[in-house]
Amino acid sequence: MTKEELMKPEHLVYQKPRLLNDNNMHYCPGCSHGVVHKLIAEVIEEMGMADKTVGISPVGCAVFMYNYLDIDCQEAAHGRAPALASAIKRLWPDRLVFTYQGDGDLACIGTAETIHALNRGEHIAIIFINNAIYGMTGGQMAPTTLLGMKTATCPYGRIPEIHGYPLKVTEIAATLQGTAYVTRQSVHTVAAIRKAKKAIRKAFECSMNGQGSSLVEIVSTCNSGWKMSPDAANKWMEEHMFPFYPIGDLKDTIPTDDNKTMK
Amino acid sequence: MKGNEAIAHAAIRIGADGYFGYPITPQSEVLETLAEQKPWETTGMVVLQAESEVAAINMVYGGAGSGKMVMTSSSSPGVSLKQEGISYIAGAELPCLVVNVMRGGPGLGTIQPSQADYFQTTKGGGHGDYHVIALAPASVQEMADFVGLAFELAFKYRNPAMILADGVIGQMMEKVVLPDFRPRRTEEEIIAQCPWATTGCKGRRPNVITSLELDPAMMERRNLQLQAKYAEIQARECRYEEIDCEDADYLIVAFGSCARIAQKALEHAREEGIRVGLFRPITLWPFPSEALASRARQTKGILVVELNSGQMIEDVELAVKCSLPVEHFGRLGGIVPDPDEVVDALKQTFINSPEKTK
Repeated sequence: MTKEELMKPEHLVYQKPRLLNDNNMHYCPGCSHGVVHKLIAEVIEEMGMADKTVGISPVGCAVFMYNYLDIDCQEAAHGRAPALASAIKRLWPDRLVFTYQGDGDLACIGTAETIHALNRGEHIAIIFINNAIYGMTGGQMAPTTLLGMKTATCPYGRIPEIHGYPLKVTEIAATLQGTAYVTRQSVHTVAAIRKAKKAIRKAFECSMNGQGSSLVEIVSTCNSGWKMSPDAANKWMEEHMFPFYPIGDLKDTIPTDDNKTMK
Repeated sequence: MKGNEAIAHAAIRIGADGYFGYPITPQSEVLETLAEQKPWETTGMVVLQAESEVAAINMVYGGAGSGKMVMTSSSSPGVSLKQEGISYIAGAELPCLVVNVMRGGPGLGTIQPSQADYFQTTKGGGHGDYHVIALAPASVQEMADFVGLAFELAFKYRNPAMILADGVIGQMMEKVVLPDFRPRRTEEEIIAQCPWATTGCKGRRPNVITSLELDPAMMERRNLQLQAKYAEIQARECRYEEIDCEDADYLIVAFGSCARIAQKALEHAREEGIRVGLFRPITLWPFPSEALASRARQTKGILVVELNSGQMIEDVELAVKCSLPVEHFGRLGGIVPDPDEVVDALKQTFINSPEKTK
């Protein structure tokens, strides 16, 4: 087969999702944000919700999510995305409303908004990127920074006597009555990406079916903040992050049949 | 009914889409009345008790971004917490209503009435160069009327509007004529009225609501556009009331509950042969400077009466540009003066101190 024949539409086996536009991403090479953006774009498109979705971007690296996803977006104040999403979903019940937040945004300054939106059972989905560091501001300690991990504001390593302990906010979310689906995923291998996509789809369907709130944590790398190559960062994540933040569903109240009835 | 209750009833009747609040004295009746009225069963209005004032104002930010008619209410310490959200809403140019039923401060202060948030309301409050449109009701009737007016101005200029009341106006009971019922806007009407809103990008390019702009040249342009809008609001939307000003030798300038007290004081003073008029700013921002300056020309002195240590007096002084004496009388910390105290203050300041007027 010639190159020209190969490029014909009928031979297309994979393409960039339509909702992910051609703007150059500002994310560092090796960053997980781009992959998760792509998964969100795919899921919204596959659900046929492109023109009925409102995404809430956080303060942090993903603040410019709206530059890459061709959907309506509102940019929240630091930590407040779940409050915005709660209101929008209540005011527009047939829209798909999700937030996209980092660990500093969700698990530190926005802890109150996050816990209460989840516990009210708002029909929203929260996508939570946990890379255990503040990326945008230059690698400072996050609520999820592991013990011993070095950052710009704990340059000798996180010490519990000084800095306290890393927060497992997803475990907390699983104990809340309002949450329907709470899971922890990653996007560092093809298999993991496939599972993460299923989780995002399930969370989005859960909110459209009015089943309660969902939290999808994606354990991620920040190779710039961690000062590692992308490959080394992935290895470090497997060796250090996964033991403390184990991958898998923490709470799943959704009968599997519901997924099939969804259009 | 109470002023706070009038706010709640008016919001339902004019077709508001959502209220997001958090309890704080002396304004909790707004949320309580809405919860009791259950408008979600009648008009479809959303009512939600948030986890904090911070969350409540950010719910308003979200709702406003989606084109809905949304509001919150609180009292001074709670409104301080809302300032972050108000700054974002002003920066993103969204319409909303914030009600502040003021109490005494600073800090936790007192639950008694005060007007000490005048600076916070009219001079910014949160970070950045911005203004909210501030309406000061002086009666329960105006509490009801200003809900609709505030939303009208907020949508006209895509800017947050604030009703700046105080504990007196919020808690006192008066007869009130509530606005007529108006249905909430349909989805089609909202999309037509607010083409900028995040309603889901059906049939158009995606909308983005943000106050972020990292390019300083663009950010300066955005700020200049805001300033142009504020200039237009200042030129068009100044509101005030004048009582017995035609033959006045002296003016009392007061807003909200103080204007009510001053109105009685004016009657007492006139019984004693002192010709006093009352100038009541209704919009605190934009401040009715030109109207005040023009009225002040015929008078010998101005007494500014406030429940604070002297805040609006700065705008009065700027308006009259030192052309006549401007003095202040205020009670602080939750004390409300009676009308005769105001008459005494007027006499001590001007009548018994003729050197002050010339």
